[in-house]
Amino acid sequence: MSLEKDRDPSTELRTPAVTNFVAAAEPAAPEGPASPVRKFLQARGSGSVADRIFIGLMLLCALSIFGIVLFILMILVMRSRLSLHQFGFSFFTRSAWDPVNGDFGALPFIFGTLVTSLLALAMAVPLAMGVAIFLTELCPAKLRAPISFVTELLAAIPSVVYGLWAVFVLVPLMRDHLGDFLYKYLGWTGFFEGFNFGVGLLTASIILAIMILPIISSITRDIMLAVPNSQREAMLALGATRWEMIRTGVLRNARIGIVGAVILGLGRALGETMAVTMVIGNHPDISKSLFAPANTLASVIAGEFSEATGDLYLSALIEIGLALFLVTIVVNAIARGLVWAVTRGTPSRIG
Amino acid sequence: MSTNPFHTPPATSSDPGRRAPTNFQTRRMQINTARRWFVNHLVTVLAILSTALVIAPLVAILVYLLYMGASSLNIAFFTHIPAPVGENGGGMANAILGSGIVLLLASLMGIPVGISAGVYLAEFGRGKTLATAVRFTADVLNGVPSIVMGIAIYSLIVMQQKHFSAFAGGVALAVMMVPTITRTTEEMLATVPHSIREAALGLGVPKWRTVLSVSLKTASPGIITGCMLAFARVAGETAPLLFTAFGNQFWSFRLDQPIAALPLQIYVYAMSPYDEWHRLAWAGSLVLIVMIMVAVTLVRIYASRGILKGAS
Repeated sequence: MSLEKDRDPSTELRTPAVTNFVAAAEPAAPEGPASPVRKFLQARGSGSVADRIFIGLMLLCALSIFGIVLFILMILVMRSRLSLHQFGFSFFTRSAWDPVNGDFGALPFIFGTLVTSLLALAMAVPLAMGVAIFLTELCPAKLRAPISFVTELLAAIPSVVYGLWAVFVLVPLMRDHLGDFLYKYLGWTGFFEGFNFGVGLLTASIILAIMILPIISSITRDIMLAVPNSQREAMLALGATRWEMIRTGVLRNARIGIVGAVILGLGRALGETMAVTMVIGNHPDISKSLFAPANTLASVIAGEFSEATGDLYLSALIEIGLALFLVTIVVNAIARGLVWAVTRGTPSRIG
Repeated sequence: MSTNPFHTPPATSSDPGRRAPTNFQTRRMQINTARRWFVNHLVTVLAILSTALVIAPLVAILVYLLYMGASSLNIAFFTHIPAPVGENGGGMANAILGSGIVLLLASLMGIPVGISAGVYLAEFGRGKTLATAVRFTADVLNGVPSIVMGIAIYSLIVMQQKHFSAFAGGVALAVMMVPTITRTTEEMLATVPHSIREAALGLGVPKWRTVLSVSLKTASPGIITGCMLAFARVAGETAPLLFTAFGNQFWSFRLDQPIAALPLQIYVYAMSPYDEWHRLAWAGSLVLIVMIMVAVTLVRIYASRGILKGAS
């Protein structure tokens, strides 16, 4: 067992003292009666083969994450080939969705996805900021743990349960009370017209907002906690009020990460399926009114995939899935990049 | 001009063109101070209000769920399979079992891969570009909508085999578990002090043995809770099961056949027009959420003891 073999260059953790000890012990007793230490070392083997196999295995598993992404992309492209050939890029600009005549365009779903996601963001972001500010800057220490616990519980509730609640509580509320109220006071904008079924863009946006709130607020909280206290102290020392301290000392420093958190919430909203499918009304229409039933990219897949007859129909739905996949990948990559820029990605504890 | 009682005329200045510094507030400064005070308190109130607004729906959902679920939950729910339309009674016993089978399959596939990938990132990949790329991809994969996973696995397995199966459902959920587990495992391993690894390596223990018996063992509470978090997350997933496990109204134990799952059953029953089925959907939601909450709360308890920081 030579010194060179024993000293695996990738072993960064091994202390030099130990290596020296092994090296020193070797020439001392090449043929003589083996010492207990030597016996032990011989019995365990060098371990380099096992190590190499082990590292290889771990590497394989790590690479499988790349594999999954590539594989999903490949299989989706393969299965949507029919529709890709038939419609080309115009698939995303045409508003026809006619399974009977085999005419497909994804524009209504892109519209529905954009409207619900952006509306949800508009509702959720200010609230999430408020929660994050409250939790990091204002909250008494005693309340902090329970409140963050509750917001995390919100994140743990399955989508289908939100959907169930929305169907039986939010939809009647919207149909009987909220809708009339909005029509009465905001009807002049034209966004609250037509017959109000209770299901539709607005209801879907509200349930989406409730669902993405915990994600945005918990990431924003983490990012605001990462702002060093010296920034806050400096602002306070200059005579700033608490809000001025938060605005200048905290929010300005954390703005990149906060944008990242918001985009991350957007990514979640774009792909949210079950709750939206249950309350959006599932109708491929582009309408100015927020009361109108609509459909999103995700909900049209969930709603129509299992009854898709014909290869072209199925292929069109898979192409919608492909589009959703690519969009969420891009959105998430941007968001992660921004969040990482602040929190450095790797845990800060690594010494 | 000022009525401030503390106002004293500036002391004789050598430079009469310049106003001496004052130690009192002019009217404009007073207004400014009042404005700042007002804005400060306004924001404080708004922050508190928004927190209350965020907590309100959760409480509403939980209370309503508890009320509806508890009033419709009975023994039959856990022992019977769904009754035919129009008949009262029936339960979701097959869906609970089906969920268990699919989740077990997913855990068997997803947990080893996820932990191994995490081990690579934390123990062997530190500082390497490849590891950063894997980490980034895992984070991005975490954000891919579950419905996309569903149709990808459908295209891959169900289309090949020409029938829905419990196995396909398991694969879909496993794929969703991997990135979460990878990231938590990595974070947990990063908390293991280097001195412990060095001690093991110093005793001549091979690297693979060090990782298995020292690093992983030290971090195991955190890793286990990380796995439970991932498990809890996929336990409620419906979208990836829609076109893979598909659902089943009867008992099924075969992995190559469609199988019932709790979230799927809730979805189907919630969208049905029958009151009896709505009742069962609420009961199912309560069972599902209690299961998930127990898992998350356990994680939280660990976290508060400092074993699992930042994983939840």
